[in-house]
Amino acid sequence: MITLRPRALLSVLFLLVLFVPRLRAQDTTYKEGVRIGLVYAPGTKPGLIVLPVAGATGDSVRAIIQRDLANGNRINVIAMAAEAVPPFGGLGAKPNYPLFAKLGAAAVLQLTPNSFGLEVSVHNTGKGVAERTKVFALAGAPQSGEWRLSLHEMSDEIEQWITGVRGVAASRILYTAGGRVWQVDSDGAGAVPLTASGTAMSPAWHPKASHFTYMMMGDNGQRIIIQEVGGATRTLATTPGGLNITPTFSPDGNTITYAHGAEAGTDIYSTNAFGNEPARRITIGRGSDNTQPSFSPDGRRIAFTSGRVGHPEVYISDADGTNAELLTPFNFGDQSYRANPDWSPDGRLIAFEALIGGRMQIMTISLRDRAIKQHTSEGVNEQPSWAPDARHLVFTSNRGGSRQLWVLDVESNTVRQLTRAPAGARFGAWSPLLRVR
Amino acid sequence: MTPSTRLIAFSLFAVVAVSACRKKPEPAPLPAAPAPVETCDQACRDRLALEEKRRADSVAAANAAVDAAERERALAATKATLAAAVYFEYDSDELSSEARATLDAKLPIFRANPSLRVRVTGNTDERGSDEYNLALGQRRAAAVKRYLSDQGIDGGTMDIVSYGEERPVMSGASEESYRLNRRAEFEIVAGADALVAPR
Repeated sequence: MITLRPRALLSVLFLLVLFVPRLRAQDTTYKEGVRIGLVYAPGTKPGLIVLPVAGATGDSVRAIIQRDLANGNRINVIAMAAEAVPPFGGLGAKPNYPLFAKLGAAAVLQLTPNSFGLEVSVHNTGKGVAERTKVFALAGAPQSGEWRLSLHEMSDEIEQWITGVRGVAASRILYTAGGRVWQVDSDGAGAVPLTASGTAMSPAWHPKASHFTYMMMGDNGQRIIIQEVGGATRTLATTPGGLNITPTFSPDGNTITYAHGAEAGTDIYSTNAFGNEPARRITIGRGSDNTQPSFSPDGRRIAFTSGRVGHPEVYISDADGTNAELLTPFNFGDQSYRANPDWSPDGRLIAFEALIGGRMQIMTISLRDRAIKQHTSEGVNEQPSWAPDARHLVFTSNRGGSRQLWVLDVESNTVRQLTRAPAGARFGAWSPLLRVR
Repeated sequence: MTPSTRLIAFSLFAVVAVSACRKKPEPAPLPAAPAPVETCDQACRDRLALEEKRRADSVAAANAAVDAAERERALAATKATLAAAVYFEYDSDELSSEARATLDAKLPIFRANPSLRVRVTGNTDERGSDEYNLALGQRRAAAVKRYLSDQGIDGGTMDIVSYGEERPVMSGASEESYRLNRRAEFEIVAGADALVAPR
């Protein structure tokens, strides 16, 4: 039996306090997935060097993969011009792991074109081994949308190997610019219009990304339209005339929920997305405005904006409208303004916009303890929409001089500009993860 | 004088008096003077008539023009009154006394033009949520329609639509642009050709 003196016990406790966080930081098991056993300091991101890629499209491939991994905000991509990257090894020579470790790389990514696509290897410089190797097929012609989506999927899997969490590069964002609905890759490339000219607003994805819905404004009111991606459209048959705005699909994709107003306020209605059932009202606003519904991930609850207390606030209720409760607290008499809720895909947070000092800012509220965080402060920032990883969200901001879409990492509050549309862009809506067909 | 003498004298006097009262005989005609020269022949008379007609037409046209101008002015005033926007406070659909006065001025026009059909459009300033502003604009248009209906105007002659903050009359982030953009406007959708000014 080992007996420890008090002083020795204190020393052991001290060592435990000192090393346990480091040991936890190096834990290779995450609930989202399994990552390779990279060693890096706690609170930092693992450094990664992407080796130059051979072939005619090698530079594009390397640039896209580097950008995707950097956009994930979980990996520190060490930016080096291809010609500045030192020789890694090869031709039978052992890779020079120590040199790359000195350059700050916990991992080295090697992409080798072959007849099938790309052979991808992730090297662990700490262990001096190739941890994972896999061959990925590339779809479509180089630079096409499918080809880029193949690379984005590859990036997401590499991110999962390294961090344990799958990336969200293989996703697209809907938005409106010049009155049309557009889609753009998550890295800002490949923007294409999906609708004809008009005054489209408020696009939203079907959960399978097979369709999207949006509102089209006309001289006599607004219509809800459902459109197959690359296919036909249909106007929601059960929508009566008047104001019809902010459509969204339920998580199972069967229901479409939107706000309808005529002469006595605006309420939220639901109907089947691909049938002709009469719409049923699910909020009783009594003349107030109730708009912008957003489903919880399980589809059992909705968040929405309501002016029932005299100014816009965010409420949550059951999906049938019962058990409505105020989510965003305010002091009676305040002229606060909170709107545009979007329920995070992991169900923990609701993002919304709030008037702070006369300008809208992006906020989140925890559903566990109702703690509110402000994530932006520069310019006017509004219309948040979560990425599938529940860590990033796209929003509209005028911080660059015109309204464009930006992406926010809510953990670090870093932002990047997504669109540079000449006519401005707004109403970003992030898709679920996509797969090459 | 004897009575018979007096009677004879009286009769002579009477005869003389009656003769004296007779119309004097026509004097003998003078030798015929030359006939006056005709100064306006038929062509002249036609010309004069035409000039007279032209003058009359000109007067009538001038009068018609005055009337038309008056009608035009009245019609323009009617259209301006009908089109006059009403303005709202921030995040409000409440009609101020000024807004109600603006709407009251339209009432005679609606009553004088039963075939008139208008679209009331609700608009907002750029502050706040783009989508929530569509709902706010709808409430503003509905408030205007409700007020006019309460004054006896057929609600079926008024459509309402919201443009939210999508159609500002003044761009920019100033109090003046905000004030001008928080409005409800009127557009004629039917009956514009037959529009008359109220009497």
